[in-house]
Amino acid sequence: MDMNEIKEIFFQECEEQLAELESGLLRLNDGDRDPETVNAVFRAVHSIKGGAGAFGLDDLVSFAHVFETTLDCVRSNRLEPTQDVLKVMLKSADVLADLTNAARDGGGVDETRSRALIGELEALARGETPVASEAPATKPAAPAHQAAAPAPAVETPPVNDEGFQPIPFSFDDFGDEPPIEPYVPTCEIVFRPKKELYAKGNEATLLLRDLSRLGEMSIYCDMDRLPSLAEMNPEEAYFSWKISVTSDKGEDGVRSVFEFAEWDCELDIRTVEEETVGEAPAEDEELPMQPVPFDLSILDEEAPAAAEDEEPAVADGDAAAAVAAAETATRIAQAASNASRAAAETAKADRAAAAAANAAAANNQAAGQTIRVDLDRVDRLINLVGELVINQAMLSQSVVENDNNGTSSINMGLEELQQLTREIQDSVMAIRAQPVKPVFQRMSRIVREIADVTGKSVRLITEGENTEVDKTVIDKLAEPLTHMIRNAVDHGLESPEKREALGKNPEGTVRLTAKHRSGRIVIELADDGAGINREKVRQKAIDNDLIAADANLSDEEIDNLIFHAGFSTADKISDISGRGVGMDVVKRSIQALGGRISISSKPGQGSVFTMSLPLTLAVLDGMVVTVAGQTLVVPLTAIVETLQPEASAIHSFGASQRLISIRNSFCPLVDVGRILNFRAMQANPIEGVALLVESEGGGQRALMVDAIQGQRQVVIKSLEANYTHVPGIAAATILGDGRVALILDVDAVVAASRGQSLKPETSLAATG
Amino acid sequence: MKKKVLTVDDSRTIRNMLLVTLNNAGFETIQAEDGVEGLEVLEDANPDVIVTDINMPRLDGFGFIEGVRRNEKYRAIPILVLTTESDAEKKNRARQAGATGWIVKPFDPTKLIDAIERVTA
Repeated sequence: MDMNEIKEIFFQECEEQLAELESGLLRLNDGDRDPETVNAVFRAVHSIKGGAGAFGLDDLVSFAHVFETTLDCVRSNRLEPTQDVLKVMLKSADVLADLTNAARDGGGVDETRSRALIGELEALARGETPVASEAPATKPAAPAHQAAAPAPAVETPPVNDEGFQPIPFSFDDFGDEPPIEPYVPTCEIVFRPKKELYAKGNEATLLLRDLSRLGEMSIYCDMDRLPSLAEMNPEEAYFSWKISVTSDKGEDGVRSVFEFAEWDCELDIRTVEEETVGEAPAEDEELPMQPVPFDLSILDEEAPAAAEDEEPAVADGDAAAAVAAAETATRIAQAASNASRAAAETAKADRAAAAAANAAAANNQAAGQTIRVDLDRVDRLINLVGELVINQAMLSQSVVENDNNGTSSINMGLEELQQLTREIQDSVMAIRAQPVKPVFQRMSRIVREIADVTGKSVRLITEGENTEVDKTVIDKLAEPLTHMIRNAVDHGLESPEKREALGKNPEGTVRLTAKHRSGRIVIELADDGAGINREKVRQKAIDNDLIAADANLSDEEIDNLIFHAGFSTADKISDISGRGVGMDVVKRSIQALGGRISISSKPGQGSVFTMSLPLTLAVLDGMVVTVAGQTLVVPLTAIVETLQPEASAIHSFGASQRLISIRNSFCPLVDVGRILNFRAMQANPIEGVALLVESEGGGQRALMVDAIQGQRQVVIKSLEANYTHVPGIAAATILGDGRVALILDVDAVVAASRGQSLKPETSLAATG
Repeated sequence: MKKKVLTVDDSRTIRNMLLVTLNNAGFETIQAEDGVEGLEVLEDANPDVIVTDINMPRLDGFGFIEGVRRNEKYRAIPILVLTTESDAEKKNRARQAGATGWIVKPFDPTKLIDAIERVTA
């Protein structure tokens, strides 16, 4: 793995953290006060900052740092996460996302915005912090060494009391030291570890080793406090050292050696004049002592240092030092090993318990384990399974054709194969299924932004975020959804003042819902705004020549006019929802996904857009039909019912229109063969079959085909990818007998047929 | 013999960086994603030194260190804390929990290896 790969992982992780951040903030916004929510939010920013720092992404680091600092105020209850505070934080989350994207893809960010937010965040951190100077936001991040080097808290007793008797000590092991320069300072150090030093995994010998690396050194070990064996506590620290180091690193160098240890020892460091080095203080003679020269060769790899196996269980760093400290040391070691045996017993019992716990934990983990797989691999698998399905169908067909008695074991085997194929296919499709959550989360940002721009107060409620759908569908859903949400806030919701005047909650609500319904995913976008102004829509349609001035349209049909090309009810195309794009584009994107969209609206109460999408773009349940000698597949989801028209039910209407009467209502009859130009003349309806379909535009149509061959699941092969887009055709598939069949785009065909009642702009070409 | 390092960090990015840095420096590396997992793998990993993050879900670095220090066999193991927070207060808390030393993120490979060398024989 190289740095670029790690960076790639970092950005993936950022995306997850950003999602976590936003959902956490939104939960807080909803009044969630669980400390773990705040922690998760903090961790998300913290984690992004940490990774960004590793890659030198300074913009990201500095923004994340300020953000983190403010979040820390919330975490430590110094700042109440009010709605106003959270508003700033949500905006900051957006900027953080922008910065992350900019860091990944290059390109700039809105610096004015991020600077302004840094100001706001810092103000939050300051404003609510009791002692302003303590708020980390107000000071730059201090480097570790500076911040970590306060004077030792413990007052070090004067050296005099210690009474060391110096014994010169030579370091053959460190013989490669540079020659001593005349002006190199010498430090005298009194180092008396406390037992906490060892308890925290520090080790006096290691510190002495590091000191010896600074320069010429001599050490005297004071074992005066060492009690008799009976009284000795293996956890206690009894030794202390007096060290003299001559190093060009000086006192700072010595101090940095004790960086990790200075809290847990008594430490006195002072720089002395050259000539006093090696001279023991006169007081040394006053007390009878057992100073022992100290041999650092204990640290050599071969030395049986206490680092092996059970020894560390004693947690007594002195044991290691003692190995070198003559006889006394041996006694300590014995005590140590006694203690360690006892410890080992305990450890054994603990291990058994831990093993059981581990097994349990492993089981738990198995439940929620995930792996990351390259999408290409999944797609390849899906393609292969698609081929398998086709192949299995072809095999079945040829067996049926060649084996007339139908009782052979081959048939049984084939049935099982079919079952298995279907299961494999479902399982493979499930791999691609993802919750719609990420897209829904992105929408909350869209809502925030547009609410800001329009000055409206909007609340986005999302439901069914965990509804799963094919990843391709999710990816393509973001754009139309964004557009619709902008529309809903910009055009749908009234201004707060107007809402108040109408007796509504000044805060508008946009509700985004996802659910599964009969093998499709249904996404609803509902607002509680003004609803469609039908008079305005109708007038607009007349002005734009979309409908005749005297056209008699139902409310539903009027509402659906907004999906027509170039239709926009805003008198001026606004910058927000306009952008020259109308709802027709939304409709086309949804249709491109094999989906349908419709609207229902109640004046004064709001509008509901309903999108129904296939769960996957890879397979489709279809009805195989014959039209003018061609085999076509009609998506089963579009078909309401099939019927055999009787002559008495067919009525002519105008020059070319025909209607079919079904249970006392009239429905336009559409000759598929004629629409697709398979034949020049309209076929006789009585000789064919009518498929009653429901299209997005509202209303039903009867599609006339010559015959129904059967119903089967087909694998969708994109026509665009292999050939080119054909109006009226959604895609192609390969049938069991190996023939290619086209899949009918029902909505396009219906729209084309409507071209006869509407103006010609909405022809096949325009809506396909 | 290769020294064994147990790293505990919830960030995939940092885990990978630690892995690459430590492996390049000739250490054997075992990784856990949070304090709970760190304690779970401790026995099997049998590390010589532990490097842990502070801010983690489930069980944070402080809790993890306290857990290790309660373990008879590993209570004297050197534990280095990886942290972006360089202020003294955080370090003190880590020390009180029983940390041996610390490494300030973003770490560079030399800093990390130096710190590990410092606390291991």
